[in-house]
Parts: sequence; structure tokens; C-alpha cells
Amino acid sequence: MNAIRVLLVDDDLHIRRLLHSTLERGGYEVIEAKTAAEALELAARHQPEAVLLDLGLPDRDGLEIIQLLRQRTPAPILVISAREATDHKVAALDLGAADYVTKPFDSDEVLARLRAALRDRLAVQGAAPIVNAGQVTIDLTNRAITRGDEEVHLTRKEFSVLQQLAQHPGRVVTHQKILEANWPHEADRRVDYLRIVIRNLRQKLEDDPASPRLIINELGVGYRLIADL
Amino acid sequence: MTDRDRPAPEAFLRAAAQEGRGKLKIFLGAAPGVGKTYEMLSEGAARRRAGVDVVVGVVETHGRAETQALTHDLEILPRRSEPYQGRVLDEMDLDALLERRPQLALVDELAHTNAPGSRHPKRYQDVEELLAAGIDVYSTINVQHIESLNDIVASFTRIRVRETVPDSVLEQAEIEVVDIPPDELIERLKEGKVYLPHEATRALGHFFSKSNLSALRELALRRAAQAVDAQMLEHLRANALGGTWAGSERIVVAVSELSGADGLVRAAKRIADALHAPWTAVHIETARTRQFDPEDHKRVAAVLALATQLGGQVATLPAASVTEGLKTFLTDARATQLIVGKSSRSRLFELRHGSVVDRLVRQTPDVAVHVLPLKPATADVPARSRKRKRSLGDWGAPSGYVYTSLMVAGVTAAGSSLFHILDLGNVALLFLLPVMAAASLFGLRTGLFAGLLSSLAYNFFFLPPTGTLTVNNPENVISIIVLLGVAAVTSQLTSRVRLQADLAATSARTNAALAGYLREITALNDADEVARAACVEIARLLAVKVVLLKQSETGFAIQAASEAGFDLETMELAAAQWVSDTGQPAGRGTATLTASDWRFQPLQAGERILGVLGLARDDGGDPVRSDQLALLASLIDQTALALERLRLETEMRDVDTVRERDRLRAALLSSVSHDLRTPLTSVLAAAAELRRTREDPLLETIESEAMRLNRFVANLLDMTRVEAGALKLNIEPVDLTDAVASAVHDTRRSLEGHAIQLEVAPDLPLVRVDPQLFHHCLLNLLDNAGRYGNPGSPITVRAERRYDDLLLSVLDEGVGVPPGREDEVFETFRRLEGSDRSISGTGLGLAIVKGFAEAMGMTVSATNRTDRTGAVFTIGFPERLLVRGSDQELDI
Repeated sequence: MNAIRVLLVDDDLHIRRLLHSTLERGGYEVIEAKTAAEALELAARHQPEAVLLDLGLPDRDGLEIIQLLRQRTPAPILVISAREATDHKVAALDLGAADYVTKPFDSDEVLARLRAALRDRLAVQGAAPIVNAGQVTIDLTNRAITRGDEEVHLTRKEFSVLQQLAQHPGRVVTHQKILEANWPHEADRRVDYLRIVIRNLRQKLEDDPASPRLIINELGVGYRLIADL
Repeated sequence: MTDRDRPAPEAFLRAAAQEGRGKLKIFLGAAPGVGKTYEMLSEGAARRRAGVDVVVGVVETHGRAETQALTHDLEILPRRSEPYQGRVLDEMDLDALLERRPQLALVDELAHTNAPGSRHPKRYQDVEELLAAGIDVYSTINVQHIESLNDIVASFTRIRVRETVPDSVLEQAEIEVVDIPPDELIERLKEGKVYLPHEATRALGHFFSKSNLSALRELALRRAAQAVDAQMLEHLRANALGGTWAGSERIVVAVSELSGADGLVRAAKRIADALHAPWTAVHIETARTRQFDPEDHKRVAAVLALATQLGGQVATLPAASVTEGLKTFLTDARATQLIVGKSSRSRLFELRHGSVVDRLVRQTPDVAVHVLPLKPATADVPARSRKRKRSLGDWGAPSGYVYTSLMVAGVTAAGSSLFHILDLGNVALLFLLPVMAAASLFGLRTGLFAGLLSSLAYNFFFLPPTGTLTVNNPENVISIIVLLGVAAVTSQLTSRVRLQADLAATSARTNAALAGYLREITALNDADEVARAACVEIARLLAVKVVLLKQSETGFAIQAASEAGFDLETMELAAAQWVSDTGQPAGRGTATLTASDWRFQPLQAGERILGVLGLARDDGGDPVRSDQLALLASLIDQTALALERLRLETEMRDVDTVRERDRLRAALLSSVSHDLRTPLTSVLAAAAELRRTREDPLLETIESEAMRLNRFVANLLDMTRVEAGALKLNIEPVDLTDAVASAVHDTRRSLEGHAIQLEVAPDLPLVRVDPQLFHHCLLNLLDNAGRYGNPGSPITVRAERRYDDLLLSVLDEGVGVPPGREDEVFETFRRLEGSDRSISGTGLGLAIVKGFAEAMGMTVSATNRTDRTGAVFTIGFPERLLVRGSDQELDI
């Protein structure tokens, strides 16, 4: 089987060089682009299976490129952002980015996010009904949750939120998406409801609910279920 | 066919342009929540049931179930996403809608501003394009978004909306008012049925007061009526229908110098109020006006001032006669009702001159004429009898009598030399010459004098018996009477003509003066120059002293004056200050502080008082004559407008400067953060890669120092934000568990070796904070604990609920803070020397904690531990930052 091809887009030579070696270590085939124009052309020509995209390119606004890439390739886009501002990240996700990492990043973190994004793409093709996360097993088909050997009872809302996270294991799901799916009739964004549901889920699933390992909060953006991939 | 009756060509053109063009219908509401969208959708649904092809272009249901339900039957066009500054804005897809070409498109919120990058900046321009493509459009708007009403609404609600729609858009539309009583709307608001943007709730609380809503509602209804009126005018013009169609009422009250006119003005106000109609008090200046004494001028001025006070417009119109003037004014103003007073003139006077009222009723058949009796106050009677006497005219210049005598002597001489060829009657005709000349050149009295002198000369020199003043033939008496009669009539006629010419000249002079004044002051670009020019020009035009006072930083003071180096007394300054505070005129010739020689008028633009204009005459007389009042009012208006224009320009420039500065700062911060982080990322990642293959303590140094550098950069940026004083908060409910876990995760490298003990109970209430800023607070507190705590000592994070607040503390085991100097640790660049050990740090961390925490409404404090040595840093969340009920089990 051929190696998975990843398009790496960054204007900084050093970052490109580093990520190139990180990606090769992860067993990917890498093609590089320095500018947005180049990225769009390579994306159309080589049909990569994933894109690593720096949002601070000189020739085009980062958010704009996401849209243009989306029109050219179905490959998941992993965004690298130097900005901390959460609304920028949320916008990138809303426009179709699969996930993001913030500079300075950890190379293992980049590989983990990439794996999750690629897995998610495969899962769309043929969904994996069982998700493992540490001691916890989530059986989406039978709606059964076990922790160790014990079955865990969830309320409808709790299951519904967990299910949404488990459908994208390892990937961040924005507050907005979770709220829309689970509280469609609330005019206001009731983030507080969501927080309470997550808190209850952690009580039932985490070893130490005070320092969560399974359901991770992404500041101001959303939640991520850390699953075994 | 006269010009007036022919259809106006531009009206035809407009009508032609309308054909083949879509029709616009606007649902107009007084305030959010009256149900415009609901109404629009129901009508749209009804049209669809009737077989019309209806598409929803864009609609904001704000999640209201009843409204949402209405959209089920309708085809809804998907929206177009427009990314903007990190957000994604959904906009109406204009191109898709044009392509779809429905017969009728429903487009909510006409005043909406499109996301940058859209084809048109405003939604009404999208609608314009739909209409041009022949698509009918239904849309909605609130009354405060109408351009011409924006100011009015802002003036009483104190909320100015930035999104406005020009009135021209409304003028081509059919308007339907969606109306519910204010009480009902307030009820709906309380029940949460009105959608409001979350951040605007507090500001809008004031907006939704009953008085505001009533006023808004009235505005909406009136605007709709006005639209109907405008369309009617258009229709009239296109079809050249004569006459006035009363879509809404317009009332005119005619005022004269006679006492009792104030009663007419009050009556007009009452009638106008009852009809919700605009009204105007008009004074017609005729030849007679020139003969007014100061008392008359004062009365007219007072009545016009009263009309202004009662909210009416005032106008003064020069005309040949009262009837003519009123007729012109009524037609121009498209008045529907006229109020006139009936004076107690004698029957004889009416027989001779005809009643003004009768003539008005005959000549303006479309106007309803109210005739009210004039009730003069008793104190005014002497004034009127005095006038009777005065109407005989002036005595005229003495030189006139000399010339007249010479002329009569000349005619007498000529008559005696020609007496042998002329008969007696023709000699009498000769005497008409000096009489007519004197009467037309020097006025009535000189004319009568000429008549008298002529008849005496005729009698003495020519009538038998000559050389005496006796008359023996009765027919010669008639000659004398004719001579006197001719003198009277001629002088009357010529004086009338002269007065009218004077009047026209005055009016032309006034207009020329105003135009010149306007040119003068609009050319200036500096408020001080405008003030100076205004003083000098007004002084010249009205022949008075003028001073302009203004509120400045140093107090209320003279800004400019018509002549240099004169000062006002304390009392005058107080009067001017009063005018500035109340917006009412004061001083000589007004109702207030009349003892002063000065008259002070406010310079007012809208609600704002820009300054006070003071006028006085050197001789201490009345500064302004009543016939100058209209001119003065215009001059003041123009001055105020010029000053207001300059003020707005300055304000605009200031706003632009601030905006530009903010934009630059944001751009700088973002590029600094990008440019510094990118190399740091490379360094860190490179070190991490190397560590995979090689064991070297130097690599660890590279990594940890680069991490520290990264925190410094972040802190510097944060400090810039705190000091700029403009933190943009993005508040949301946050679980402290999440916040602490994220912070611990992000500081795991710099806290290596320290055990982190978390004492955060899982059932604490959520807190309302900006997650990003709060994260930075925690990072800095943990970082601080790591640096000042003894190596290898544990760090504790503890959150506890107290009676009415919540405390989050970070506890370390180290030297602690020097007692008595606890507050100082939060100061910028403060690093307290507690030990010999030099500890690295920028001294910014705790200052950022304090800056951010206080911006979010939290408190910070530092103390020493009581159980062991070490410091405790505590963030306090007051009750209002806690999310109520979130610590209880919710059934969700």
C-alpha cells in the first residue's frame, strides 16, 4: 500500500523542514507548498489525502484559503495557527477545517491530530461503531457504554453528547455544533447546559474527574474525546 | 391647457420606469418584536396559496416557533457564507435568487448591512436589484432605521442605530404598518418573545419604555401616512389632477398685528394636535406693514415666537395683499385647513374692501377655513385708536413744502400770463399739476397742502371777484373740492406703490444678505473663524453689536465678538449661561431677564446647543426689530448649521483616528505574535526532534528557555492589551475543572518536578469569564508558583465556595510574600526580593493577572500561608459571576 500523501503549506522554510521530517517519521508522503497559490494548484493536481495549512500565509487570508481548498479537495485540513484568538479557530473549523494546532506545537500532537482527522475521513466511508477511549468502550450501534467491565448508565442527553464526540474521535467538536445538535430549540447558546452535561459525563467515565483525560476542553472552542486510535 | 395642468414629464418617466419593475411592499414596525416578520411570512404564504411563486430570500425567525412554522410551507433559499474577521456571516444569496426568479421574494430586515465582500454593502441595494429584475419584494423595517427619522428616534431613545435606509426606498414602496399597543409589546418582551441580541439587552431596557414605544408607534403611523401622501402627490402630478387631496392634514394659521392673534395660534395648536397634523403660523407682510409702530412689530414677533414654542413652523411672506399672500402660501404648502381671525372692522370697511374671509373662501375651495373671533385685550384699545390718527401719514420733509409753494407760484404765474387765451375751467386744470406732483413726490400731507394752496391761489387770483378769497359762484366750490380730492387720491396711490416697491426691495435685500452670509460662513473651515465671521456679518446686517459665547473646557466665555475688546457684565454672562442651559432666548425683547440691554439667542442644532448669540444696540434700544426677527432666525439657523457641520467633521476625524489607531495596534499585535511564534516553534520542534535521537542536557536548556521566551512574548502582548484599556471580553460560562486542567496541561513543562494537587470540587458553580483571559491568569499564577516555590515542592490549586462568592487559590511552598507588601506584588515590573536567590521573570505575570481579573470583574489578593511558609494567590469570583443553579443537578 502506498504511503498517505499529505500537502504541507507553510511559508516558513524552517517550519516546513521540521514538519516534513515529522511527517515522514509518521510514515506519510509529503508535498510542500510555500504560498496559497501553489497550495491550491498542488491540491488540485496531486489530490493529497490531508492538508496541513499555516493560516499566516503572505499572499492570501488564511480563512479564505480554507474555502478555496475545500472546493478543490475533500481531504481533511489541519490548520496551524499562530494566533490564540478562539474566534479565529472557531471560524476556521466552521469553514471546514478538520482540526487545528496552535504554535508552538508539539510534533507528536501534530501527528495525533492528523491521525484523528484521517481516521474521521475513513469513518465517514464506513463508520466504526465501536470507539475505545482508555477503559471506556463506546458501542454506538447498541448504544452501550462500558467502563472496565461495568456498564455505565447515561441519560439521553449525556449519551447524545458523548455519541457526537465519539463519532469524531480525537477531533475537536465546537460548542456550537454540539449545542445545535442537542438543544436545537434554545434560541440562546446555553453553553452552561453543555458544561453540566460534560461534568456529569466525566463523573461517570473519568478516573479523576478533576483532571480529565478522556473528554478534553478546548478553551473557548469545544470538546475533544481522546480515543485510542 | 396651462403649464400647471399638464402632467409633469418626470412623473411620467418615473411611472414608466415602474412598469416591468417589481413592486416593493414594506412591513413597517415601531420596534423589534411587533411581529413584522410574522406578518410578512403570513402574507407571503397567502400569496403562495393563491398560486404566486414565492421564495424566502432571507428571514430571521430568531427561533420563534410561530414564525418558524410559517416558513414550512415556503421555499427557503440557502444562504451564502461570507467569512469575515474570523467569523462566518450568513448572507442572502442574491445571485441564486436572481437566477431562481420567483414572482415574489421575501427579504427580511431591509436595513441590514451585508458582510464586507458582498456585492452591495446594504441589503436594500440587493432589494433594489431584485426589483429592477422584475421580482416583487416583501420586506420589513423598524421605524428607527428610516434615515429621516433616525435623528428624532435617537433624540428621545438615546440609542442611535447605524443601519439606515434612505427615504427614497420607502417612497416607491407600499407600506403596511404592523402595529401592536405598547403595553402588549412590553408584555411580550417580558415573556421573552422578543428576540434581542444578548449584549444589547441592558441598553434596550430603556428603549422599551412605554413612552418611547408610544412615540415610536406614532412615528411609524405618521411615516406610513406620509408615504401615502407622497404617492398621492405623485399620482396627482402624473395625472395632472388639480386640487389638493388631503392624505394628511396640514394646518396654516394667519396672524396679524392685531391683539388676540395669540389666541388663534393656540387654537391652531389644539386643532393640529387633534389631527396629528403639522402646522404653520404665517404672517403676510403687505404695504401696511411698513406703517406698523414698534408695538405692532412686537406683537407680531411675540405671536410668531409663541407658535415656535408650541411646536409650529413660522413663516413671513411679503405680498401685495393679505388674500394674495395667503392664497400663494396655502397652495405652496398644500395646506388643508386655514385658521383666520375675524377682526371687528366696521360694516362700511367691509363693504368697501370686501371681507378677506369671503375672498379666501371663494378663491381656495379646497381649504377648509376656520374663522375665529379676535378677542383684543382691553389694554390694547388705546394702541388702536392711536393708530387711527397715525394713518394720515407723515408730515413729510419741510423742503417738500418749499418746492410745492414754488410750483404753485409758478402755475399761478403761468395761469395769469395765459389767462387771456384760457377760460376759467382750464386754469383750474393747470393747478392739478403741482397737486399731483407734490402728492406723488412728497406724500399725502404735502399733497393736501398743495391742494389747499392751489385752491387758495386759484380763488384769489382767478375766481371772481379776484383779489379776494370769497366765492360767489357755487360751481367754483366744486373746483376747489376736486383739487383737494385729487391731492388725496394721488398721494394715496403713489404712497401705496412706493411702499410696495420698498417692501420688495427689503425682501430682496434680506435674501441677498442671507445668501451672502451663507457663502461667507460655509467657506470657513474653523469654528473660531465661523464665530468671528458670524458676529461681524450679523452686526453689519442688523446694525447691532454681536457677541458669541460658547461652553469650553475653561467655562462659559466669549468666543468671538463683532468689535474687539468689549466685555459682558456678570449679569449678562448669567443670562447667556441660562440661554445655553435652557435653549430659550433671554434678555431684551424676550420673556426672560428683560432688564438687560442684550438679547441672547441660542445657537441650536437639533437638541444640541452649540453656543449663544448676544445682540445689543449702542443706544440701548431694542436690539432686534420685529421685521428683522425672521432674518435673525435664519442667520442663527445658518450659523448653528455651519458650527454643527464643523463639529461633526471634527468628531468624524477623531473617530477615524481612534479607529485607525486600533486597527494598527491589532495588526501589529497579530503580526508580532505570528513573527515571534514562528521561529520559537521551529526552535522548540527542532529541539524535540533532536531529543529523540540524542541525550543531551543542552537540548533541555534550549527547550525550556524557548518555552520561557514564549511565555514572555505572550505576557508582553497581554500587557499591551491591559494598558491599552480596551480588552474585548468574550464571556461564557466556564467550568473551573476545565480551566484548571487546561492551565496545568499548558504549564506542565515549566512546572516539572512540582507535584500539582488539585482541590477543585466537581460540583462548584460555573463562572462567567472570558476563557482565554482567565487561562492566562491561571498560567501566570501557576508559573509564578513554580518559580517562587521551593524546587520539588507541591503546588496546590484549591477552589472553594463560600457564602456568597467563590475563591480560587494557588498555594506554593516557598519564601512567601514580604508581610505588609502584599498588594505591591501585582504592580508592573515589581519583583520583591524575598531571598538571596535571584529568580528569573519579567515582573509582568502578576500585573497581567490583576489586569485581566479586574477587567472581568474578579478580585485578586496575595497573602502568606498560615499552615506553612509559602504564598497564596487568590482570585475571587463575586456572586454575579457565578452561574445560578449550575451547582445543582439539572435534568438534562
